[in-house]
Amino acid sequence: MNEPAATAATDVRPNLDATNRLHVGHDHDLLLLHEMLRIRRFEEKCAELYSAGKIRGFLHLYIGEEAVAVGAMQALGRDDAVVATYREHGHALARGIPADRLMAEMYGKHEGCSRGRGGSMHVFDAHTRFYGGNAIVGGGLPIAVGLALADKMQQKPRVTACFFGDGAVAEGEFHESLNLAALWKLPVLFLCENNLYAMGTRLERAQSQTDLAAKARSYLMPAEPVDGMDVLAVEAAARRAAAAVRRGEGPAFLEFRTYRFRAHSMFDAELYRDKSEVEVWKQRDPIATFISHLKEREETADAILGALNGSVADEIDVAVQFAEAGTWEPVDDLLKDVYSPRPGSDGAA
Amino acid sequence: MAKMATTTYREALRTALKEALVKDPRVFLMGEDVGQYGGSYAVSKGLLAEFGPERIRDTPLSESTFVGAGIGAALGGMRPIVELMTVNFSLLALDQIVNNAATIRHMSGGQFNIPLVIRMATGAGRQLAAQHAHSLEGWYAHIPGIRIVAPATLEDARGMLWTALEDPDPVLIFEHQTLYNMEGPLADDAGPVDIDHAAIRRSGKDLSLITYGGTLGKTLQAAETLAREGIDAEVIDLRSLRPLDMPAILESVKKTHRVVIVDEGWKSGSLSAEIIARIVESAFYDLDAPMARICSAEVPIPYPKHLEDAALPQPAAIVAAAREVVGRRG
Ligand SMILES: Cc1ncc(C[n+]2csc(CCOP(=O)(O)OP(=O)(O)O)c2C)c(N)n1
Ligand SMILES: [Mg+2]
Repeated sequence: MNEPAATAATDVRPNLDATNRLHVGHDHDLLLLHEMLRIRRFEEKCAELYSAGKIRGFLHLYIGEEAVAVGAMQALGRDDAVVATYREHGHALARGIPADRLMAEMYGKHEGCSRGRGGSMHVFDAHTRFYGGNAIVGGGLPIAVGLALADKMQQKPRVTACFFGDGAVAEGEFHESLNLAALWKLPVLFLCENNLYAMGTRLERAQSQTDLAAKARSYLMPAEPVDGMDVLAVEAAARRAAAAVRRGEGPAFLEFRTYRFRAHSMFDAELYRDKSEVEVWKQRDPIATFISHLKEREETADAILGALNGSVADEIDVAVQFAEAGTWEPVDDLLKDVYSPRPGSDGAA
Repeated sequence: MAKMATTTYREALRTALKEALVKDPRVFLMGEDVGQYGGSYAVSKGLLAEFGPERIRDTPLSESTFVGAGIGAALGGMRPIVELMTVNFSLLALDQIVNNAATIRHMSGGQFNIPLVIRMATGAGRQLAAQHAHSLEGWYAHIPGIRIVAPATLEDARGMLWTALEDPDPVLIFEHQTLYNMEGPLADDAGPVDIDHAAIRRSGKDLSLITYGGTLGKTLQAAETLAREGIDAEVIDLRSLRPLDMPAILESVKKTHRVVIVDEGWKSGSLSAEIIARIVESAFYDLDAPMARICSAEVPIPYPKHLEDAALPQPAAIVAAAREVVGRRG
């Protein structure tokens, strides 16, 4: 009855080579590398700024998982929507939210993409249809289902991409959302970032069935596991799945197998995993492996890499300057935007 | 006199958990990351090594189900302590708490009772923004069938848990996020405390400042400022939010005739509103001035520090309200 994703997507594989990788040319490879580097350097800077007290609250870094957001985002067009979690800086950058506005948000400055009110965990951007930045585990899935429902009811051929972690799979909302999306054949691309841990709880300590794609298949939607450390594999799978969703075949599910290199948040003492496990996964660093793959093919890779690194460093510097120069929202505006403005009021509570 | 030792609110909570686990084999702790991770606020750190995974149980992320399982285990003869990471996440278990934990005793004609304790962090002050920082204990205090307590001192952090476990009905314990690191002296032989009564944390004659939990410290600070101006404030720590210790509140009102309530919840439909209503119902003619409230601004808690500070009750605002109520300006 329910076929795996590959069947649903046979007609959209022109660019796939024998290893199931996508090759759309050298420039595209560099674009992917550039995007991953932007995220890595942005977040390394955030960690520094956290220590300096410029960024406060909870900060969840995506370092190690960059290939997932960057690869998956290639499958989306401008009109599509993204729903993400509190570990969403990578998704925000890869989706096209400017680094300077994102950094200003990290600071809580008025120039930030959520006007500074959300911070690291609550990035929103109407321009790129980025619907948060949700810090309730599993809370984004029903919202993605609703966005897709609206598209379907309005006959808009758009896709809603919903990112969430392995931890969310244990929540009731995960199951309720997959069921409803499949039942109503809604255009949702469920993108599970399985980094093996939900805070300190390893997957097999939370799940009786650790094959997460199997859970999605039980709701009769195409689902497949994907190497989340390989940006080309991520992109290829995401393009296939998104194309099927866009054709109106209902939702699809991808499980990206990945790993977070850093602590869960800045308060995590990492009592639950061995350093050696982290080191093993670092051997598969999505950026380092992609660079060696490029170097095999490209003699001038070093020069290109130098240029990319330079441009990323400049972009991050500028972003930090922008955030530093940003302003604090006046306290008088505290109550603004609790409600929508209406005649004679500015939306203050 | 007992010897005093320096401890923290977090350690006091942990000592209470240990005591309960040692004293009663039916007691177990369950929740997200209470074991291997060491507790999201490190309250249960070390307990897994000491008591093992049968009694310190890490759950999957499934608030509704593990709270419901706590209700079931309590019905089945155990004495579960369920930890929810924060009050915001407790909303995923609201159905189990409100529709089951609170109702089953009454609905079953008294045949079944639920000796369940649920602990959770509440409140703002650490720039965690609008999904990690609300004070919804007042909502829970709306619900008949459950008891709500809020330890604001080291003694209460140490002593409320055991009493709550001995209670035959569900008790929710709200631990304000900003208190975990609070440090101070605690008697070596500190132990269980009553959870029925409010406590006078500072006695005074000019007005009653009524508060609980995370705002007790700010209120005491305000009282010191007022004292330097010659205004002698009494500070009442509610301790129990449901039931409210109305006799203690009314006694204070009869003495001071003036009231300011400090509550980190929002004003609209709040615990502070309830207290005002009850004072009006029972002691209207004892009042010499309109009562006042200092609550959080009616806005989801924002991330930046200056806005978070502006949204929360602060000592300066408490002082200003107190001056107004006693009829002194500036
Ligand atoms: C409903 C809810 N419960 C608990 C939490 C606390 N919490 C924040 S992140 C997290 C782990 C989530 O793990 P996963 O979904 O795998 O995402 P990851 O952090 O690995 O990216 C937990 C338990 C929360 N934010 N929301
Ligand atoms: Mg995870």
